[in-house]
Amino acid sequence: MSSDVFDVAVIGGGLHGLSAALQLSRAGKRVVVLERAWVGRHASGASAAGVRTLNRDMGELDLALESMEMWHNIGLLVGDDCGFNAHGQICVAEHPDSLSKLEERVSRLRGLGYTHEAIIDARELRRRVPAISPHCIGASIAPDNGAADPHRTLAAFRRSAQAAGVVIREGCDVRRIEQRGQDWSIEMDSAAVTDSALSGSQAHDRAPSSTLVVPFVVNAAGAWSGRIAAMVGDDIPLDTKASMMIVSERLAPMIEPVVSIMGRSLSFKQSDQGTLVIGGGLQGIPDLDAETSAVRMGVLSKGARAATDLFPCVRDIRIVRVWSGLEAKTEDMLPVVGAAVNAPGVFHAFGYSGHGFQLVPVVGAALTDLIVSGSTRRAIGALNAQRLMATPSAEVAA
Amino acid sequence: MSRAVDLLIIGAGPAGMSAALRARGLGLSVLVVDDQPAPGGQIWRAVETRAGTRTGKLLGDEYAAGLPLAQAFRASGAVYEPGTQVWQIEPGWQVYMSRAQQAECVQVANVLLATGAQERPAPFPGWTLPGVLTVGAAQILLKTAREIPQDPPWIAGSGPLALLYMVQLLRAGGTIAGWLDTSPADGWRRALPHAASARHAWKDILKGLSWTRELRRAGFPIVRGVTQLRAQGGQRLEHLVYQTADGQSQRVAAALLLIHEGVVPSIHMTQALGCEHVWSVNQHCLTPTLDEWSQTSKPGIFLAGDGAGIGGARAACTRGELAALGIAMRAGKLQDDAARHLAEPLRRRLATELSIRPMLDALYPPRAELFAPPDDTMVCRCEELTAGQIRAAARIGQPGPNQIKAFTRAGMGPCQGRQCGYTVAHILAAAHGKPVEEIGFYRIRPPLKPLTLGELASLDSASNTGSDAP
Repeated sequence: MSSDVFDVAVIGGGLHGLSAALQLSRAGKRVVVLERAWVGRHASGASAAGVRTLNRDMGELDLALESMEMWHNIGLLVGDDCGFNAHGQICVAEHPDSLSKLEERVSRLRGLGYTHEAIIDARELRRRVPAISPHCIGASIAPDNGAADPHRTLAAFRRSAQAAGVVIREGCDVRRIEQRGQDWSIEMDSAAVTDSALSGSQAHDRAPSSTLVVPFVVNAAGAWSGRIAAMVGDDIPLDTKASMMIVSERLAPMIEPVVSIMGRSLSFKQSDQGTLVIGGGLQGIPDLDAETSAVRMGVLSKGARAATDLFPCVRDIRIVRVWSGLEAKTEDMLPVVGAAVNAPGVFHAFGYSGHGFQLVPVVGAALTDLIVSGSTRRAIGALNAQRLMATPSAEVAA
Repeated sequence: MSRAVDLLIIGAGPAGMSAALRARGLGLSVLVVDDQPAPGGQIWRAVETRAGTRTGKLLGDEYAAGLPLAQAFRASGAVYEPGTQVWQIEPGWQVYMSRAQQAECVQVANVLLATGAQERPAPFPGWTLPGVLTVGAAQILLKTAREIPQDPPWIAGSGPLALLYMVQLLRAGGTIAGWLDTSPADGWRRALPHAASARHAWKDILKGLSWTRELRRAGFPIVRGVTQLRAQGGQRLEHLVYQTADGQSQRVAAALLLIHEGVVPSIHMTQALGCEHVWSVNQHCLTPTLDEWSQTSKPGIFLAGDGAGIGGARAACTRGELAALGIAMRAGKLQDDAARHLAEPLRRRLATELSIRPMLDALYPPRAELFAPPDDTMVCRCEELTAGQIRAAARIGQPGPNQIKAFTRAGMGPCQGRQCGYTVAHILAAAHGKPVEEIGFYRIRPPLKPLTLGELASLDSASNTGSDAP
C-alpha cells in the first residue's frame, strides 16, 4: 500500500463490490474495498451462480440482458471464463396451467420485442434434458443462459481488481460514516477475523479504529446494506434472505442446462466438478447480528422432493453439503442500484433478493458511469432507492 | 416427531450405554440411536456375540468387560434403535435421522452426544495408496470377523492402540512384518513427571509393559524413533522408506501397512452445532467446552465419552453416568442436592480413571511431521489436494480454513474435513506464523452422515417438518 488516499471506498467485498471496484479503478479512480470479514464471505461465496435472464422481472430485464452480453465476454473483464457455461436455463411445466403461464410470458415478451425466451415442447425438453421425468409437458428456455463457478468467479474478480490497483482491506468493519464538507469520513474497526466457535479472548481482538476520508462511497454491503444506508441518512426497509443450497457427491455428466420448475422452489444443475447443485430459494434462518444463518432440513426437504420428482434417477445420490448464505431482500424483489437519496456521493448497490449474481458485471459498470461521469445510459431507472422509502426525506425537506 | 422422550442419546458405546442405564434408573424416558447394528461402540464392537467366543478371549479382559454393560443396557428399558444415522441437529432440539432409508425428525429437550473418537488423521507421502490402512480399521476386522491380514503387516505410528492391536493379532495367530515406532524419542523422560499422578493406574501401566515384552518376544523387527515415513508403489503399496533414529535411510518391501497416530475426539457434531471448543495442548486437538454436568455451551446438548477428550472406556462410562445426572436435573427428575450427592463418588472415580492420561499423552505425542507434511503429501483425500497446493493458497491474503475451502475445495468432499481439518489448520498456522489454536476450523455443514436426496425428500412427504419459509 503506497498511499492511503482514495477516491472511492467500496463497502462490501462481495462480487458486486469487487466488480464496481475493478471497473472504477480501470476508469482511473483510486479505490479501496472495505470488507468486514473476507472477500466472498456471505452471498457471493454461497451463491448458486446462475447466469439467467429467464423469468427476470421487467424492472431489471434490460439491465440483465446487457449483463448477459458481458457474461459472454467475461474473459475481457476479468481475464478468466469464471467457469461460465452457456448451456441454457429451462423452466419446466408439470401441468397444463403452468405451461400456459410460461406461454403467456413468452408471448408478452415477444409483443415487447424481446426474443431471449422461447417455449419448447415435451419432445424438445427430453432431447435437451434426457433425465427429466416423463410427466413434464413442456418448458420455457433461454438458450444463452447458464451458470458459472462462484469461487472461480470470486477469485477472478479479486485478482483482476488487485491487478488494476484496488486495495482490499479484509477484517475491516465500518462503524460510522459522516459527511465532511464534500467528502465522507468513514470510521472503521479492524477486527481480527477468526473462523469458528473458539471460546475465549482470541476470537475478536480489536485494533484501534481508523478513519478514511473519500469523496465517493459505494454501499455494496449485501445483507447489511440497510445499516450502511442508514448511516448516511437513507432509511430503506430491507428484509434478509438465507437461501439454502444442496450439493451432492460427484457423478458422471447427466445434465447440461440449469432447470427450474414453474410454481415450485427448485433450481437444479450439475457443476463442472460433477456435483449436483440444488437451490431455488428455500429459506433457512438468518441471523444478521451473528453474521450467520442456519439451515432448516425440514424446509429443504421440499427442494429434495422437487429434485427427485423432476429427476427420479437422483434419488440414491448422496448429499455432501447443505448451506445457506445471507443477502438483502427488498419488498418488490428488485435491487437498489443508484445514487443515495440523502447523501451526495454515496451510491447503493444491494437488495438483489436472490438473483444478483448475473448482474455483477453490468452493475459495476453502471456505478462506474455514475461516479466517473455523473450519469449512466444503463437501465437502472426502476431500481432507485426512493421507491422503497415511505416518506423520502428529500420531499419532507421541500 | 410425535415421539416424546426426555433424552435422546446418540451412540451406544461405553458412554451412551452407561448414560442410558443411569438415566433410566432416575426415571427418564430414553431413546438411544446408533450407527452400528449392535451395542458396544468401537471398543466393545460386537461384544454380545463375540465375548464368549475364542476371538473374544484373545481380545482380552478389556473387551469382555463390555458384555455385562451391554446386557444391562438391553434390559434397561431404553428404546434402542441400531442402524440409525443422525445427520442434522437444529435448535429446538430437532434431531434428524435416517433408518432403512426413511428419514425422521425427533424433537427432544435433551441430547447426549456419545459419538466417541476418531483416529487422528496422519497424512504422510503415500498414505492414500491401496495397501495402507489404519490400525483401527484392521482391529474392526479382527473383532467382527476375526480377520487376520493375509500379508504380515508393517505397523507404523504411536499410541496404546497400536500396541494393543499387535498383541491381539499375535494372539489370534497372525504375524507382523515389523513395528516402526514413530513416537518421539525420550518418551519416558517426558512421561516421568506425570508418573506420580498416574500411580492409581498401576495396573494399566503394568499391562502396557507386559504388552511390550510380549511384542519383543515375538521376534519381529522393532525400529524406534522412525521419521520421514513414506509409502511407495505404482498401483499399490510396494515399499516403505523411512529414516532411523541415527539418521540412516531405510527401504523395505511391504504389501500392507497399518498406521496409527493416536485418537482425537470426534468434534463434527459439536462444531456443526456451534458449541464452544478449546484447544487441548496435551492432546493436540479441539475439545468442546463442558460444564460440571457435561453440558456444552448449548443448553440441552450434553457430551460424554472420548468426544469430551480422550479418556478411555472406563472414564467414558463414568462420564456417561455424570451426564445422566445433569440431564435428570435439567429434566426436573432430580434435585440439585441429590445430584451432587450422587455425583461425588463418580467424580472421584473419574479422577482416578483419567490419572494415567497425562502420562500417556506425554509418552505418545503426535509427531511434528504430521502437522507439516511435505508438499507432495495428499492432505484432502476427497478433493485430491496436496500440502503444496494448500500452502500456495495460504499466500492469497491471510486466509482461514473456510477461505482455503473456497479457494481450493479442501474439506468440501464427502468426509467434510474429518481427514484434513487439523492438517489444514496447522499448515495455515505455520504460513501465518500464528499458534494453531488461533486458526479456527472449517464450518461444518450438514448432513453429518451420508444422506440421499431420496431420504431427504421422504421427510417432505411424511409432512412432519417445520413450518414453511417465513
